[in-house]
Amino acid sequence: MTHSLSKEYYRDLEEIQAVDFVLFELALYLDTHPTDSQAIKQFNQYALYSLKLKTAFESLHGPLRFGTPNRNEKVWEWSQSPWPWQV
Amino acid sequence: MWTYEKKLMYPVKVSTCNPTLAKYLMEQYGGADGELAAALRYLNQRYTIPDKVIGLLTDIGTEEFAHLEMIATMIYKLTKDATPEQLRKAGLAEHYVSHDSALFYNNAAGVPFTAAYIQAKGDPIADLYEDIAAEEKARATYQWIIDQSDDPDLNDGLRFLREREIVHSQRFREAVEIISEDRDQKKVF
Amino acid sequence: MTHEKTPFRRSFTPFRGLYDPCPPLLKKTYVVPPNLFIGFQPPDFPQFSAIDALKTGTLWTPFYDYYDNPYKK
Repeated sequence: MTHSLSKEYYRDLEEIQAVDFVLFELALYLDTHPTDSQAIKQFNQYALYSLKLKTAFESLHGPLRFGTPNRNEKVWEWSQSPWPWQV
Repeated sequence: MWTYEKKLMYPVKVSTCNPTLAKYLMEQYGGADGELAAALRYLNQRYTIPDKVIGLLTDIGTEEFAHLEMIATMIYKLTKDATPEQLRKAGLAEHYVSHDSALFYNNAAGVPFTAAYIQAKGDPIADLYEDIAAEEKARATYQWIIDQSDDPDLNDGLRFLREREIVHSQRFREAVEIISEDRDQKKVF
Repeated sequence: MTHEKTPFRRSFTPFRGLYDPCPPLLKKTYVVPPNLFIGFQPPDFPQFSAIDALKTGTLWTPFYDYYDNPYKK
């Protein structure tokens, strides 16, 4: 890949990384506190927010998650955008 | 099964082309207390641990693979475009003659990864105490790498990873408490 | 994030022999991480914002421990 990435790519990605990080932390907490309904509520809020951000990201910058529809009918987008260690 | 997301857990940056730091980071890539050892240790112990803590081992084990990818990214960026001469000056000539700049699962001293780094005793307490010790050892290793590194961007990523060891250790300590509870005893009354 | 003095450090002065060649370290420090003191995490623990959680590496403020080389001049 020779094209360079926009500032927005990094900003949008970091927002997702932050929201997913909260999910990771809450998941580990809930693994040892499985009946904390307040934490479950927060987990669910962030889970929905993460889905929303990722869908918006993918429409702008290409696929993030395995298994989301390939929007371009002629080109397999999964292997078009750069890989995490390259960006 | 696992599926892949095309993103790192944390935005990894490095400030300089510094293959010497890449050499140090190999301790966390293929070393005894590194991220590969951690991921394999926890995911393997899952099958014989009490049900109450399988979820925790699964989630932490999975996170360790995300950490492994961050370490790989750091090593990749620190050695990318480095010349054979730069790699030699960084003490990586021995690595280069076998691997070019390919990553490999060995420690900072070039010793290849071995399954003997990890334990699976089948005894839940023994295994969870091993996990707690592994997290503290990995935390210490991050500290010693930070002590050797003068790359502020790299240290930023290393501090993130060190902090994760603290949280994981906390959760494993809680897991010990969970499986130590005398729940069956309570039901009698 | 705060980089002030952390409560999670201890130190000791190693014994100094008459024939130790290196100039003595006045203090040898080590880390006693927050997880040693918290026990089973209670409910309603204070949290960082999502972006600060990512930056620090934990969602929970009591677990945060910034580390830097203690021997740096």
